[in-house]
Amino acid sequence: MTTNIATAQSTNDMSDATDGVKLEGEGTQFLTFILDNEAYGVEILRVQEIKGWTPVTRIPNTPEYMQGVLNLRGTIVPIVDMRMRFNLERIEYTPITVIIVLSVKSETGERVIGLVVDSVSDVIDVSAKDIKATPDFGTTLNTEFINGLATSAEHMVMLLDVDKLLSVDEMTALAQISDANSDVSIDED
Amino acid sequence: MSIDMSQFLETFYEESFEGLEIMETELLALDVGEADNETINTIFRAAHSIKGGSGTFGLNAVAEFTHVMETLLDEMRDGKRQVTEEAVNLLLTTVDVLREMLTALRENTELDSERIKVTHDELESLLGSSSSSSTVQQDAETSKDISAGVQGWHISFHPHVNLFKTSNDPVRILRELESLGELEVKMDSSALPEFNNLDPEESFLGWELDLKGEATREAIDEVFAWVEDECDLTITEIKSTEEVMQTVSEPEERRQGDRRATDKSRRQGNRRQTKSAGETTSIRVGIDKVDSVINLVGELVITQSMLSTLGENFDMSKVNSLIQGMEQLELNTRQLQEEVMRMRMMPINFAFQRFPRLVHDMSQKMGKNIELKMTGEQTELDKTVMEKIGDPLVHLVRNSLDHGIESPEKRKEVGKPEMATLGLNAYHQGGNIVIEVIDDGAGLNEEKVLAKAIEQGLVPPDADLEPARIHELILLPGFSTADTVTDVSGRGVGMDVVVRNIRSLGGSLEVWSKPGEGSKFTIRLPLTLAILDGQTVSVGDEDYIIPLISIIESIQLKPEMLNVVIGKGETFKLRNEHLPIIRLHNVFGGNPRTTDLVEGLLVVVESDGRKIGLFVDELKGQQQVVIKSLEVNYKRIVGISGATILGDGSVALIVDIPGLISLSNKEPATSQLKKSA
Repeated sequence: MTTNIATAQSTNDMSDATDGVKLEGEGTQFLTFILDNEAYGVEILRVQEIKGWTPVTRIPNTPEYMQGVLNLRGTIVPIVDMRMRFNLERIEYTPITVIIVLSVKSETGERVIGLVVDSVSDVIDVSAKDIKATPDFGTTLNTEFINGLATSAEHMVMLLDVDKLLSVDEMTALAQISDANSDVSIDED
Repeated sequence: MSIDMSQFLETFYEESFEGLEIMETELLALDVGEADNETINTIFRAAHSIKGGSGTFGLNAVAEFTHVMETLLDEMRDGKRQVTEEAVNLLLTTVDVLREMLTALRENTELDSERIKVTHDELESLLGSSSSSSTVQQDAETSKDISAGVQGWHISFHPHVNLFKTSNDPVRILRELESLGELEVKMDSSALPEFNNLDPEESFLGWELDLKGEATREAIDEVFAWVEDECDLTITEIKSTEEVMQTVSEPEERRQGDRRATDKSRRQGNRRQTKSAGETTSIRVGIDKVDSVINLVGELVITQSMLSTLGENFDMSKVNSLIQGMEQLELNTRQLQEEVMRMRMMPINFAFQRFPRLVHDMSQKMGKNIELKMTGEQTELDKTVMEKIGDPLVHLVRNSLDHGIESPEKRKEVGKPEMATLGLNAYHQGGNIVIEVIDDGAGLNEEKVLAKAIEQGLVPPDADLEPARIHELILLPGFSTADTVTDVSGRGVGMDVVVRNIRSLGGSLEVWSKPGEGSKFTIRLPLTLAILDGQTVSVGDEDYIIPLISIIESIQLKPEMLNVVIGKGETFKLRNEHLPIIRLHNVFGGNPRTTDLVEGLLVVVESDGRKIGLFVDELKGQQQVVIKSLEVNYKRIVGISGATILGDGSVALIVDIPGLISLSNKEPATSQLKKSA
């Protein structure tokens, strides 16, 4: 059963909002979600809806983190497991596992895509001056799609650049990088 | 009255393009030397509405250009001018230029002012060569007269309050006056009440008008004929030179100001347009189609309410009426689906209508006499298919005109009528639409085709092929038989592109040819790309849809039919053929319920003339599915042509048989890679 926890329709003014996270000027609202006890943030205007986990249809010959596709009111939406995407340990999907449906920009136009995350936590206001540059995480996490770090109630939130993160070619490229990285770490062990 | 005109602009463009098409068709139908008034009138009307529309939207370049064209047509209509071949050709060019102008304006790109000017001058010079009074002279005269202080009319026009109630619009009157000469308008708004007391259905404005030029009193009276009783009207002659001179400069300024304003708004409108260009196209749907959809929706609503009443106090005694209701619902839904699909269908005429012009132009260029015969123009097919079939068709027609049809001399020599025939036929056959391009030309020169193919290394030198095989050679990439490369065709890029385009639409192309008699190209296309008859199959707990059109049969294997070719995979014997087996779970992954070939089922599918057996767990139902693209939000997946939504809301993938075959050919390599990794 589909459980719509919250719906943040953002059809209007999408063009203004989608010009990336504006690091200058006024603050922006971010939706934060939890992944392996870390908080991540996505720009709230990109979020189309948040829905509970429902079984998806697997697509053959795609990377493992590509869970499959889902019927979202007649549109076929690809679903990405963010834990697998970030090479985190897999966990069983629970009732609080949610899919954040986002609209992302790519060369071919706007796409709708779903992210499977552990849970959704909060909406935070982040003003531009509170966003700090991303430190080098080393090999475990590619920082290319982290726009910056923000602090909210003593917690650190990693702000994702969803366009970069989810453009398909990038995903394939990144998958190779992370594969290579995982190989390296195994060697080190 | 600030109406955002830009919203109508798109409609104007669409109507104008339609108008241009009408003009083109009618021009081609025009017999040289004989002025058929009805035809000329049709052309004139189309030109006139473009002129009117472009004037309204401030597209002055178009309006002026059309005006000259209109003058020429007007003279033809009045019989002052003969319909010459030269004039018709010039008018055709004018239509082209107009189309370019409108396209440029629509897409907000630069106008080709050079070409416009050249055509404009050609039109002017053709008009100038006429013995009757030409507009150029007229213009010169009027301007001379103005500078000399021409007479004009002063009109005082004060409508009564109830003018609007008689359906009269002063704006229209003013516009009509403007067409009689230069018009200066002064508005008298003294009678206008406070905004709060304003009744929008009453008229409070009055105008003082100065009309300069040679307009006659009768013409002005005619303009006001309908409102005579609804207004205070005085019309007086202007005689004073000074007064006129004063008013000359004023409207000039005013108009320039206006033009600036409209220019600006047009640019804004255009910007919005370019943003949406390509995203939204519209189709014209017959009112009968819309009505039948509305009727069906009505029935659907009735069925729905019947079912919900039934559901309120449901017990087992009502099961029969429930079943009936569900059947009704199914029927309604299917009908509705068919009707909605029918809305997307358009007569193939839209793709055919460019050919009379093409044939006309090309036969003139090449000095051939060609008659175009079209049948089945009303055959309907999906709009998307139609848009994509246009270019391949043009290519085939050009090929026939250039390579197929001989010169008149040669035709005479071999005893054929000088007038060659090119046929374009369309008709439905099964679930397909068939389009034929037939010519009665020389046919394919089989020896030459074979020699060329050998020369180009497409077939081995000692190849001995049947005629039908030879004909198919021309569909190969890089093939061209033309001895000389003309600008029409012969560069050797083409037929393979045509074939590829047609295949991408799920269609096929056949060639038939007989030396000396002509050739025939037959295109077969599915009626629509949006819906497909599918067979649901399952592998483990996953469902896939196989297009019914590619399934030949489904069989359960017996052990004796099975054959394992070492290193090549599994095959089975079906009657007299040995066919390869592809296990769907090997290619797509998943956990099949059985890997024993004898326990599962083989679906025999065909693609590009190749048959294969597809091993699946079991067959489920057959159903029509609506094809949804995976590419919209994700990307193309090899072996999958799209997805569809099943009755329970879940997504099922549609198998692309050719892609699947190519994938399975690669499979051994990748599985080895996996093992070694």
